[in-house]
Amino acid sequence: MTRWFRQPPPRGVLLTLLAAGLAACFVIEQFGLVDDYVRFVLITLGINIILCVSLNLVNGWMGEFSVGHAGFMALGAYLSACVSVKWLAWGDPLWMFPLAVIGGGLMAGAVGFLLGLLSFKTRGDYLAIITLAFLMIVKSGLENIPYVGGARGFLGIGNHTTLLWTAIWTALTLWAIRNLVYSRFGRGIVAVREDEIAANAMGVDTRKAKLAAFVVSSFFGGVAGALFAHQLQFINPGVFDIVKSTEILVMVYLGGVGSLAGSILGATVFTFLSQVLQPLGTWRMVILPLILVLLMLFRPRGIMGMREFPWFVPRREFPAKEDKK
Amino acid sequence: MDYFAQQAINAIQLGSIYALIALGYSMVYGVLVMINFAHGDVFMVSSFFCLLLLLFLPVPFVAALIIVMLATAILGVAIERLAYRPLRNAPRVSAIITALGCGLIIQNTTLSLSPYSQRMPELFVPVTWNFAGVTVSSLQLLIIGVSVALMVALDFFIRRTRYGMAMRAIAQDRMTVPLMGIPVNTIIAMTFAIGAALGGAAGVLYASAYPVISATMGVLVGWKAFVAAVIGGIGSVRGAVLGAYVLGTVEVFTVTVLPSTYRDLVVYSLLLVILVFKPYGLLGRPAVQKV
Repeated sequence: MTRWFRQPPPRGVLLTLLAAGLAACFVIEQFGLVDDYVRFVLITLGINIILCVSLNLVNGWMGEFSVGHAGFMALGAYLSACVSVKWLAWGDPLWMFPLAVIGGGLMAGAVGFLLGLLSFKTRGDYLAIITLAFLMIVKSGLENIPYVGGARGFLGIGNHTTLLWTAIWTALTLWAIRNLVYSRFGRGIVAVREDEIAANAMGVDTRKAKLAAFVVSSFFGGVAGALFAHQLQFINPGVFDIVKSTEILVMVYLGGVGSLAGSILGATVFTFLSQVLQPLGTWRMVILPLILVLLMLFRPRGIMGMREFPWFVPRREFPAKEDKK
Repeated sequence: MDYFAQQAINAIQLGSIYALIALGYSMVYGVLVMINFAHGDVFMVSSFFCLLLLLFLPVPFVAALIIVMLATAILGVAIERLAYRPLRNAPRVSAIITALGCGLIIQNTTLSLSPYSQRMPELFVPVTWNFAGVTVSSLQLLIIGVSVALMVALDFFIRRTRYGMAMRAIAQDRMTVPLMGIPVNTIIAMTFAIGAALGGAAGVLYASAYPVISATMGVLVGWKAFVAAVIGGIGSVRGAVLGAYVLGTVEVFTVTVLPSTYRDLVVYSLLLVILVFKPYGLLGRPAVQKV
């Protein structure tokens, strides 16, 4: 049995599993097989996986430290809410909602591009401070735009985030980021983490690699924000604060940096843990950071740090011997 | 003109408090090259120490200041010992995350124990004077005086004493310094103690100037001080003071021309602009990356 998981799955298994998963989501949704609470938790799980994998691209594979992911979420959430409530409210959710989500992602991606430009000159601590400033600017900027409700928040967003849409976006995120980091170009992103100067000397265009990582990461951050807004149906700038960013960081470093399986694991553990700890109220936000600190002290790379579940690794990464037959 | 002078005094008062907190960020960064994200929450918790102290034992201002500074210094050293020291040779990111985590633990523990804002009992009764239309209270003078005295003392300590020299040496080269017989762990613990004690002093002064304290103060005030440290050039002690007064001035005068909700926007935009054009702050030295 263990041999099975050490090698890539037989061809088509992943696709079949994916199709089965999507079909299951559709059926569950259509016939109301689970109650609202379970559905809510499952959607939250999907959103958390998207957030965790996308932040992992910058913080894990590229090795920078961004605390601004909640800011990208906020941009995606607000833009998609504007699309679905104000600009295209007459549209059928079937085509209007994906458009809103993509719009939110593009908005976040565009701002991510600007932040990526700033990352050329500054690295490490100073880049972390820039992402922090970005987060604060987004939050207090939104508080001062009456068009989107200011500090009181944006009300009356439709409940469009279905289980199926969440599953589709989650799969898309995993697919896109896996293909990026295992591509020839994506190796440049990993090279930036290991040694930027050496990477440059080897002919990696580190600027392009950084831009790509920031844009892709923030695009999916925005997508997650859009899904989040249409799940809660109410957003205010206070939701997207440093605590939200820290939650995503907990997931990333809990699961493990630079690992898709780790991100899924981290998001899953975090989502269920925070549901289980719900009765504790604000003490919940004492225990979660405590777990993070203990983790850093005793297992600094997270559960799956820098390792990968072989099923997520493209077939060509394995020795040719196993690829035959 | 009177209005302007009045605002200038407010700006100096706010800047002094920011400066005390910013020094803690800057000293730790200078010595360990680590952003101590928990420092803002150490400042916050120190004003709660002050509150507890006054509730049980109404002591005069100076005694309260010293006791709170000591208690906060112990807290600072405890955090360093338990959370940061084991990670000193770990990847830098681990230390930053741990600091962020420690800050959240302190903040949310305080929040859970005291969910609402607390009103601070008056530490002393201020007298107000009127100079040509400008009102100055003895409290404002006290805050400015205590802060400036502490800053001058710190500057003297760092530049003129053996311990200060050891700190500067560690900041320059942590690998070589132990070979010269300098106890690195003691000096680093001392840095945290001094930084936290200054934060504690800021906590007492802040609580007497703005007597409503809450658990979110670490984010609202502490992080502004962090911005001040970065603007001045994090790692530079004099830069931290300069940055704090610049920030205090910008904040106070922003509110005179724009609605107060724009304050954070202006402050963080200023931070971003300074980092883009002067990436190491006003007085910071650029880090040289050796290959």
